[in-house]
Amino acid sequence: MSLTNDYIKQRLVEKFGEELTSFEEPFGLLSFTAPAALNLKVMQFLYDEEELQFRFLTDLTAVHYPNQVGAELAVVYHLYNFREKVRLRLKIFVPVAAPKVFTATKLFESANWMERESYDFYGVEFVGHPNLKRILNVDEMTYFPMRKEFPLEDQTRVDKDDEMFGR
Amino acid sequence: MLEQPHISLPQGSIEKQTTTLNLGPTHPATHGVFQNILEMDGERLVNAESTVGYIHRAFEKIAERRPYYQITPLTDRLNYCSAPINNMGWHLTVEKLLGVQTPKRVDYLRVIIMELARITDHLICNGVVGVDTGAFTGFLYLMQFRELAYEIYEEVCGSRLTTNIGRIGGFERNFTPAAFQKIEKFLAGFPKALKEFETLMTRNRIFVERTTGVGPISAERAMNYGFTGPNLRAAGVDYDVRVAHPYSSYEDFEFSIPVGSTGDCYDRYLVRNAEMWQSLSIIRQAMDKLKSLPDDVYHADVPAYYLPEKQDVYTKMEALIYHFKIIMGESDILPGELYNAVEGANGELGFYLISDGGRSPYRLHFRRPCFIYYQAYPELVKGAMLSDAIICLSSLNLIAGELDA
Repeated sequence: MSLTNDYIKQRLVEKFGEELTSFEEPFGLLSFTAPAALNLKVMQFLYDEEELQFRFLTDLTAVHYPNQVGAELAVVYHLYNFREKVRLRLKIFVPVAAPKVFTATKLFESANWMERESYDFYGVEFVGHPNLKRILNVDEMTYFPMRKEFPLEDQTRVDKDDEMFGR
Repeated sequence: MLEQPHISLPQGSIEKQTTTLNLGPTHPATHGVFQNILEMDGERLVNAESTVGYIHRAFEKIAERRPYYQITPLTDRLNYCSAPINNMGWHLTVEKLLGVQTPKRVDYLRVIIMELARITDHLICNGVVGVDTGAFTGFLYLMQFRELAYEIYEEVCGSRLTTNIGRIGGFERNFTPAAFQKIEKFLAGFPKALKEFETLMTRNRIFVERTTGVGPISAERAMNYGFTGPNLRAAGVDYDVRVAHPYSSYEDFEFSIPVGSTGDCYDRYLVRNAEMWQSLSIIRQAMDKLKSLPDDVYHADVPAYYLPEKQDVYTKMEALIYHFKIIMGESDILPGELYNAVEGANGELGFYLISDGGRSPYRLHFRRPCFIYYQAYPELVKGAMLSDAIICLSSLNLIAGELDA
C-alpha cells in the first residue's frame, strides 16, 4: 500500500476535524498547521497509527514572521515515514510575546538539540524540555539573533572608515 | 596545606567519587572544535556532556541577506570534508524552487563529483578511526588519493577544499580532458589502495578488538535520535536519500546500500568502506554513460539564472542584461517553501528554504546531520573506557563546521 497525501489528510481530518488548517502540497509535500496546544497530540497520532507511522523527526526549526500579529513565530516539524518514504510538514504558530510550545523530546530524542537551537535563535520556549539552554550562542546572550528585528548590516553604508576594514 | 583563599572548589567536589575530565575544545583527539565534559569513575565514563558552538558563524542569518548564488560558498563551510555535496545540494534546492530541468550530462557530471566527495569524506573518517586505534599508515596512505580527488576538483572549478563548485543550473565551465584523465587515473589507482587499506584494517586483530562493541546503538534508538547516513545504516536501517528520493538522476545507476547490524564502530567502519566501493562503481557507470552523450553540454538552458559567457556579455544585449540581473541579485525568484535533501557523506543534508520572492531567502535552514546525531554521544559512550570514547567520537564522523553551522 502506498501512503498518499490525500489519505494522510483524510485520516488527520477524521481525527482532529476543524482544528487542522491550511492543508497545502507545495512541491508534493503535505503541509498543514495545527494549533500550538495540539502539536504533541498530532505528532503522537502520526507516530502511533499503524498506517501512518511517522516515526522519524527529520527536522525541527523556527521561522519569524513579524507581520503576523499574534502568530509571529512558527515552529516547523518535518516528519518522515521510513516504510513508505513519505515526508510531511507540520507547522504551529505562537505569539512572540508568549512563545510556549510543548516539547517533542518525549517522542523523539533528536528533538532535544533542535529545540535548544530554536530556543537559542528564536526564543521559542519548549515547555517540559529537560535542558532548555542556549546551544550555539554564548550563554550570556540576552536576545534571540535570528528574529527579523535584527537585520544584518546594510552593505551600502558609508559611515565606516574603509581603511579599518582592509577595503 | 596552605590556605588558598582565591580558589573555591564547587560544593561537594571533595567528597564525590568521580573525576571530571575536560576533553576539548582544542584536544587533537576530538578532530574538531568541540568540548566534552566527561564524568569518569576510574577509567570508565559515567556521563558526558557535550558543548558545541565554538565555530558558529551564523550562516542561516547571513543567508537571509545574500542573493541565491552567493549562498553556495556558505555551504562549502558546513561539511568541509565533502564540500561539493553541500554545493550540489544547494544548487538542487534552488533548481527545484525555480523549476529548472538539468540535462542528463550535468546530472552525471554532478554524480561523479558528489561520489568523489563521498569517497574523500569516508576515507578521512575511516583513516582517522585507524589513527585513533594506533594505525597511522592507512590514513597517510589514503591521503594521496584524497589529494588526487582534490586535483580533480581543482581541474573542474579551480579550488580544492571549499570548492564552490558548479552554479545554479550546472557547472561554470565544461570538464577539461585533463579532468577526465584524472578521474580515470583515480578509478585505476584507488581500488588497489582501498584493497590494501582493507587488508591492513578489516581483519586486523587489534583494530577489530578495539572497535567491535564500541559505541553500539540499536536501529530503533538510532532512528529516535535522528541518525542518518552511514551511522544509521550501520545500525541496520537501509535508508539512503539517493534511493528513497532520487535526485540528480541517481535512479539511472545500479548500486546497493550496505548495512550493518550492531551500529558499533566496527560496523560503521565496514559500512563506510563498502560505500566507497559502491561510489567507485557509480563513478565508473557515470563515466560510461557520459560517452553516449554530447560532450559540450554542461549547464541547463536557463539564461535568467545561469551566468552567460563573458564573451557574450560584451557583445550581446540579452547576455548583458541577464549578467547584470544575476550579479545584482535581481533575478525573478518565485515565492515558495520547500525541503530538499541530499545524501551527504555523513547523513541526510537537508535545506529548508522559504522564499518570499525577494532577492535572498526569507528563511534558510540547514538540516545538518551531525548536529542531530551528535546528541546521542553520551548514550553511546556511557560505561565505556575513555579510549573507546575517543574512537566512538571519530567514527561518528563529526565535522565541526557542520555541527555549528
